[in-house]
Amino acid sequence: MSKILIIADHDGVALNGAIAKAVACAASIDGAQIEIAVFAESTAAIAAEAAALDSVTRVIAIENIANKHLIAAVVAPQVVAISDGYSHIFGLSSSFGKDLMPRVAALLGVNQISDIMTVESPHVFKRPIYAGNAVLTVEAPTDQVVIATVRTASYRAAGANNSAPIEVVDIAADLPSHTRFVELQAGSSDRPDLQSASSVVSGGRALASTENFDLIYALADKLGAAVGATRAAVDAGYIANEFQIGQTGKIIAPDLYIAIGISGAIQHLTGIKDAGTIVAINKDAEAPIFEVADIGLVGDLFSIVPELTDALA
Amino acid sequence: MEKILVGLKRVVDYNVRVRVNSDGSGVETAGVKMSINPFDEIALEEALRIKERGDAKEVIVISIGSSDCQQQLRTGLAMGADRAILVATDDATDSLTRARALLEIVNRESPELVILGKQAIDDDNNQTGQMLAALWDRPQATSASTIELSGNTARVIREVDVGLETIEVDLPAVLTVDLRLNEPRYVKLPDIMKAKKKPLDEVALGDLGLTAAPAITEVLFEPPAEREKGVMVDDVPGLVAALNEKGLL
Repeated sequence: MSKILIIADHDGVALNGAIAKAVACAASIDGAQIEIAVFAESTAAIAAEAAALDSVTRVIAIENIANKHLIAAVVAPQVVAISDGYSHIFGLSSSFGKDLMPRVAALLGVNQISDIMTVESPHVFKRPIYAGNAVLTVEAPTDQVVIATVRTASYRAAGANNSAPIEVVDIAADLPSHTRFVELQAGSSDRPDLQSASSVVSGGRALASTENFDLIYALADKLGAAVGATRAAVDAGYIANEFQIGQTGKIIAPDLYIAIGISGAIQHLTGIKDAGTIVAINKDAEAPIFEVADIGLVGDLFSIVPELTDALA
Repeated sequence: MEKILVGLKRVVDYNVRVRVNSDGSGVETAGVKMSINPFDEIALEEALRIKERGDAKEVIVISIGSSDCQQQLRTGLAMGADRAILVATDDATDSLTRARALLEIVNRESPELVILGKQAIDDDNNQTGQMLAALWDRPQATSASTIELSGNTARVIREVDVGLETIEVDLPAVLTVDLRLNEPRYVKLPDIMKAKKKPLDEVALGDLGLTAAPAITEVLFEPPAEREKGVMVDDVPGLVAALNEKGLL
């Protein structure tokens, strides 16, 4: 039987909502027993959120001042210390999961499977490679723990009607001091979170300036949507890095994605291929974005976007 | 510092539209342009800038793979690396094996910094740097967009999901780099000529005495699911109508 440990992602206050999607991935393994480990300075609130997730049988809370900021080199030995008896250990394909899980895998002497998009069987998974240009089926050895990250855009969040037991655990692991948190500059925004929003309005290089991105914000606010961007727009400095969508940015799966002035490089498209409906507005009728768009409109974004914003109630 | 070690992976070029081959055993590579993984090129550029401002004496580039990887190593030498090491194998290698091989070279060369790309654009794994740091029992700073060195520490700004995180790591350390760290230089013809005379050492992967990593088997390569062709609308009222029809407004 599979016994799966999921490493909680959080900001010190609240559980990352995408953990519910990692639980859904774990629950797609037949007969899986699912537990969540919360490493934090203060675990109560985060652990309570984790314990509410359907299919979770136990939450392990590891409180330590060293876990105030999640540092991979500090958390990895603690994960190893509690790893006994698990057939699988999952993290998110998030900044923290990508930083942490390979470190755990190496300490355990196994390879890692990145970005699980489908579970075929307890040891067989599908994952995207080459910016999503190919899907690779991989099989992990059955005699070792499976270390993996979950591509959360591939899963619908598990429900939260549970109350699994929470166990506070002390770990006597030797923790390094060679890596120190200094600061976090997080953009503050009243808009929905890009990774969990049901609608996203996204701008590309054609916006041509930071000021012109106001068109994107205005439309997004009218729709109650999150804002996204292409690598080109971020590189050009029109918008901050945390808004980048694609192979090296965020992978999202909103119900509605509106791509404005985005040509549709393959590296961008891999970040939106699970969107429900893709709308493309671009002046170039030959732009590759129209090959994947469900609804396309060719024309000048600088007149179309304000008109669209006005047309919405 | 004395040495910076930079990993260069040979991958299908960024601009190639990759296709799965007919029997699903891999992707088409025949006649396809191969290049240095773009993130690794950024890693090398950063190492060269550190050296050029006098903070490092030597930049060593390393690649793991077939003798074809010499092309990418020569390009790295032409960019300005001092010497190159090829860990030669004709077999496909996984991340843990690559990390173990890098650790062997690290133990021989004792660099103060190892700089790698945050991921390779072929397998998109994002693993090797973190694995090397774990095996080496040293700090890692992944997805770096700014690197500042001072004495025996590096202050690194990392691109993370919510913004920018700054951490400080003691050296030696493994850094993996993101897109916006720098813009790699172009290689000039005279540098390509000069690079031919720079040392390129070869060591067989099998001679490093590594323990075989438990491999993850690649079962099948498939093209991704295609999205169905959509509709074109003529104007904003048409767009609003189409969105209403799908119940999205």
